[in-house]
Amino acid sequence: MAEPPLLRVSDVTVRFGGLTALDRVSFTAGHGEVLGVIGPNGAGKTTLFNVVCGFQQAQEGSLRWRGQVLRGHSPHRLAALGITRTLQGLGLFGHCTVLDNVMIGADRHARTGGLAGFFGLRRTAREDRALRERAMAVLADLGIDGHRDALPGALPYGLAKRVALARALVAEPDLLLLDEPAGGLSEQDMEDLGSRVRHLAESMAVVLVEHHMDLVMKVCDRVVVLDFGRVIADGTPAQVQADPAVTEAYLGAVPRA
Amino acid sequence: MAADTVIAPAPPAPVTSRAGLSPLARHLLLAVLALAAIVLLSMVVDPFTNVRLATVGYYLLAVAGLTVLTGLTGQVSLGHGAFMFVGAYTVALLVVYVPALPFWVDLLLAAVASGLAGALTGAAAARLTGPYLAGATLALAVGLPSVTQRFPDFLGGSNGLGFTVNSMPAGLAGTVPSTRWQAWVVWAVVLAALVLLANLTRGRVGRRLRAVRDDEVSAALAGIHVGRMKVFAFLVSAVCAGLAGGLQAFLLGTAAPGSFTPALSLSLLAAMVLGGVGSLWGALWGALALVFLQAGSEELTHALALGTDVSNNLPLAIYGLVLIGVVLAFPQGIHGIGRTLRTRLRPRRTPARTSADDEGEA
Ligand SMILES: Nc1ncnc2c1ncn2[C@@H]1O[C@H](COP(=O)(O)OP(=O)(O)OP(=O)(O)O)[C@@H](O)[C@H]1O
Ligand SMILES: [Mg+2]
Repeated sequence: MAEPPLLRVSDVTVRFGGLTALDRVSFTAGHGEVLGVIGPNGAGKTTLFNVVCGFQQAQEGSLRWRGQVLRGHSPHRLAALGITRTLQGLGLFGHCTVLDNVMIGADRHARTGGLAGFFGLRRTAREDRALRERAMAVLADLGIDGHRDALPGALPYGLAKRVALARALVAEPDLLLLDEPAGGLSEQDMEDLGSRVRHLAESMAVVLVEHHMDLVMKVCDRVVVLDFGRVIADGTPAQVQADPAVTEAYLGAVPRA
Repeated sequence: MAADTVIAPAPPAPVTSRAGLSPLARHLLLAVLALAAIVLLSMVVDPFTNVRLATVGYYLLAVAGLTVLTGLTGQVSLGHGAFMFVGAYTVALLVVYVPALPFWVDLLLAAVASGLAGALTGAAAARLTGPYLAGATLALAVGLPSVTQRFPDFLGGSNGLGFTVNSMPAGLAGTVPSTRWQAWVVWAVVLAALVLLANLTRGRVGRRLRAVRDDEVSAALAGIHVGRMKVFAFLVSAVCAGLAGGLQAFLLGTAAPGSFTPALSLSLLAAMVLGGVGSLWGALWGALALVFLQAGSEELTHALALGTDVSNNLPLAIYGLVLIGVVLAFPQGIHGIGRTLRTRLRPRRTPARTSADDEGEA
């Protein structure tokens, strides 16, 4: 029997009062794959991430992780499952240094209990050093290790975005959710991001929410298109681009002659 | 890209760790040195000053607890006097009704009782934010001491409970004045508690607490149970305040509701801000200011022979004015004076650019 996909979202529906933000949304994300999720503003992309992360309860539908239904799903369990996410903005810890930000992301690798922390045992010091080394390795990989002692607010936006990515990567996830990672980036940074995402997909599944179509079409293996909370297309970038329903959704606001 | 060069990268310092000493050993060493200094000091000053020395000690612990709560998790408590009240009355009741228990067991139970009160408050607080949290904790500070009026036979009404603690070892009796011994006991307990606090805040738990303070959504995504972390901070903080209350009862030989007014809670909060939020050193400066400004202004009002209405309130007013003055000049409190001066004197570098596109999500 074939292995189940890492993540299976089945018929997820979310309503905010009268507004249906997600309407029977289904898709899968598998290891080694970059899945794009696109759609006009307000289509429900962030809401979809919030459901996967447990910030938002779905009224209907289910989530499966490695074939197991996620019940009583809540955000703080995600990292241990092997899922991490970057936020649409930055969501960095503003009064913590870059290094601390990334070390907090590495927290899932730590084992010692809270009591050991009170007594400052050598064991906790050693573990802290291990977390720091992990964090520094990721910072170096992203070329921002020189900024480890800076506060995020002092960094240019492009670098701060990289810190947010480093924080998600240091947890060594199996599924990485990226919510508009290219927002506010320069051409060059976007280029780097594209090749990095491709590279990451060799060791995990990546779900990419993005408005920059050229980036999406270049790096994604598959693209899901949302419009008013419904999946209107699901296929390869070429298939999606050729789909008239997608063109309709994006141009729908423009009155036709 | 140009933005990459706005900030010169820091020199590539190696990942250092003060190898050899564990955090515990390092903090213990500091504490032992501090205790030795206190003991020496206590030998050369008069009994009255020894009481003051001990007073600084227990206020230091209470303020340190508060700074862990506010500085590390961003929760504000206007009611820490209530946890001191719990600690003080636990010690008083145990001394009066269970005199067989040694004093250190009394203190331990005071820590447990105040920790319990803190955890309950924290659990309620985790559902409240900002002004609601402040209001709830203030209500605690106002309400709890009045419990003594409801059970006057048991808790001594507004006069409180008076007692004496016989904690001095037989060998020292006669050679060491009691106030000196008390100062030693208070500081030994305070420094031991500070060692634990320092271990905690410098390590991984401290980092997790700061994460919760800065961004709850991101903290949760990093695998941190935000609610549990906040309750934990309240618990730790309340234990510190409870121990401080227990030590105060030990020092004064009484526990009375008049010592735990809302003004006490506000003074603790002010001491924390004055010293510098989030730093254990700041707690020391805050406690010193709390005790010596109070003492100094009491002496001043005494010398001026003012009416009781004025002399009762002047110390608090002076304390408030100093607080406002320091915070205006040095927003990071006394502990931040050095840093504030350094950034002011250094010529300003190109301010870093940040994007406005930084919306809080989820
Ligand atoms: N907590 C909420 N309460 C009420 N409505 C909400 C809430 N969150 C989102 N919505 C609505 O749900 C719809 C989908 O929003 P969502 O943020 O998921 O869109 P998006 O696809 O991420 O958009 P964008 O591209 O602008 O980020 C929008 O109409 C939004 O106004
Ligand atoms: Mg969005």
